[in-house]
Amino acid sequence: MSQIALLGALEIGLVYGLVALGVFLSFRVLSFPDLTVDGSFPLGAAVAASAIVAGVDPYLATGLALLAGALAGLVTAILNVRFNILHLLASILTMIALFSINLRIMGRPNIALITEPTVLSPFAGLGLASPVLTPLFVGAIVLAVALLLARFLASDYGLGMRATGANPGMARAQGIETGRTICVGMALSNAMVALGGALFAQTNGFADITIGTGTIVVGLAAVIVGETILPARRIGLVILACLLGSILYRLAIAAALNADVLGLEASDLNLVTAVLVGLALILPGARNPIKALVVRRAQA
Amino acid sequence: MLTRRTLAAALAVAGATALGWSATAQETKTVAVTAIVEHPALDAARNGIRDELAAAGYEQGDNLDFLFESAQGNPATAAQIARKFVGEAPDVIVPISTPSAQAVVGATKEIPVVFTAVTDPVGAKLVGSLERPGGNVTGMSDLSPIGLHLDLIREIAPETARLGVIYNPGEANSVTLLELIRKEAPARGLEIVEAAAPRSADVLPAAQSLVGNVDAIYVPTDNTVVTALEAVVKVGTDNQVPVFAGDTDSVPRGAIAALGFNYYDLGRQTGKIVLRVLEGADPGDIPVEGVQITELYVNPGAAEAMGVTIPPALLERAKFVVD
Repeated sequence: MSQIALLGALEIGLVYGLVALGVFLSFRVLSFPDLTVDGSFPLGAAVAASAIVAGVDPYLATGLALLAGALAGLVTAILNVRFNILHLLASILTMIALFSINLRIMGRPNIALITEPTVLSPFAGLGLASPVLTPLFVGAIVLAVALLLARFLASDYGLGMRATGANPGMARAQGIETGRTICVGMALSNAMVALGGALFAQTNGFADITIGTGTIVVGLAAVIVGETILPARRIGLVILACLLGSILYRLAIAAALNADVLGLEASDLNLVTAVLVGLALILPGARNPIKALVVRRAQA
Repeated sequence: MLTRRTLAAALAVAGATALGWSATAQETKTVAVTAIVEHPALDAARNGIRDELAAAGYEQGDNLDFLFESAQGNPATAAQIARKFVGEAPDVIVPISTPSAQAVVGATKEIPVVFTAVTDPVGAKLVGSLERPGGNVTGMSDLSPIGLHLDLIREIAPETARLGVIYNPGEANSVTLLELIRKEAPARGLEIVEAAAPRSADVLPAAQSLVGNVDAIYVPTDNTVVTALEAVVKVGTDNQVPVFAGDTDSVPRGAIAALGFNYYDLGRQTGKIVLRVLEGADPGDIPVEGVQITELYVNPGAAEAMGVTIPPALLERAKFVVD
């Protein structure tokens, strides 16, 4: 794996780290399986790209993307809280609707940003090569978001949100407005995912309608791999684990891309990624890693 | 909180990076190819490139390192592949299809890039102009000669007044093609009815929605719809609606006729550009090329099954007649 491939995996891993944080907030904290992210990730990209091409300042455009993501999350939450639609189904409805909405926002399926100013532009002349600058910049943003999220979840309101997800009945009995809390949580979650989408579009030079497919899978994989590699109880470490999981997932893909030395073909990429991620989940829990692969534990 | 697990993970990461960190200097030429997805047309383009290189004396394993990675339909993976290739510093990167090309162009401004199978290179911001790209990027566009396609449809099925077009609104190439079709249609007295199919599973319902509403169906060079071409052919055969295609590889699969190019020839023409770059030409000076060879492919059996007859004059002109 070359240095650039490694830094590239790190960079994309950090961008999807925002997705992992969003999925962590909805899936783990609020116990709300949220497929909206398949739509809010490209929504962030679409809003940011369309705004930038229209001449809006990239930072303002990214802010707009955040707001759009929050709105999408809010819609899903309202469908669930107010209209009692099952959370999974509510998120699917929003995801499906967002496909058409994203096309409307962009006006076409693909917007190129290669020649446009981005959030990275102010730092371009500082002398750092792009493959190093981008991960550093994205890393700074992601760490800031992660820190804010950790602070938030440790605050009174954040604890109320965690209670809502853990035991809604008990939370209501304690006087927590679970409906409103879910709305705020979902808005926050999808705002983070949309931020990820906006950063993805700007760091890769294009926003495409297809970049959303499979986002929930990547987010869940990141959260679960992170939990397995770095089990923790303190919220700060748990959030760090999500970011770690996302980066490890991308490293697994990067490693899989180099697997042709084993005689595998380009089309085996997904299989190799799945095997690598599976190993990452199985091996850490085993006392003797080799034995874990070979010997099956007898059922009690 | 350095548990055994975290330590194991850290060691794994360190090990993986150490394994591949050392860059090996190659005496041979390295051509790094990537596509957004694997399907017959894009694969044919890749084979064309490889065969053109072989014809010029570049043999895999001897003086050529021909790398290929497919993004499995995932733009994020396409971005990682782009970075992987940039890190390996090949002599030229050849992205096939628009999303792969955008990812590669966004990842490097130094390494020569020769894209192919991109319908609208200027719209995708890969190059500033087709005549003189400038920069490190050039390539081939696969824009169909839409006007000629519509003329062909009128020649085989003259009574066609309403033409159905199935396309994926999520593919930039198809949106460009549809705009062109809408522009060229009135001159031929055609009214266009569109049917959207965001995924290949939506192609069959889209085709069925056109039945009774159109006199003929046209399948543009759309990755999604071409993958599910057999479904469209079935609907055409069952309901006696002639199906025409934009690429010749679709004709043996059941489309009545196509005037165009096959992607293998596109690949070979791309290979010629790649050879020029390998020999030291500056990509910025090489104009973006369009397809030069057009051939007429016809399938009389399919025509009969769909209720039309191909005029004998056309059969004479055809480069290839499917039995």
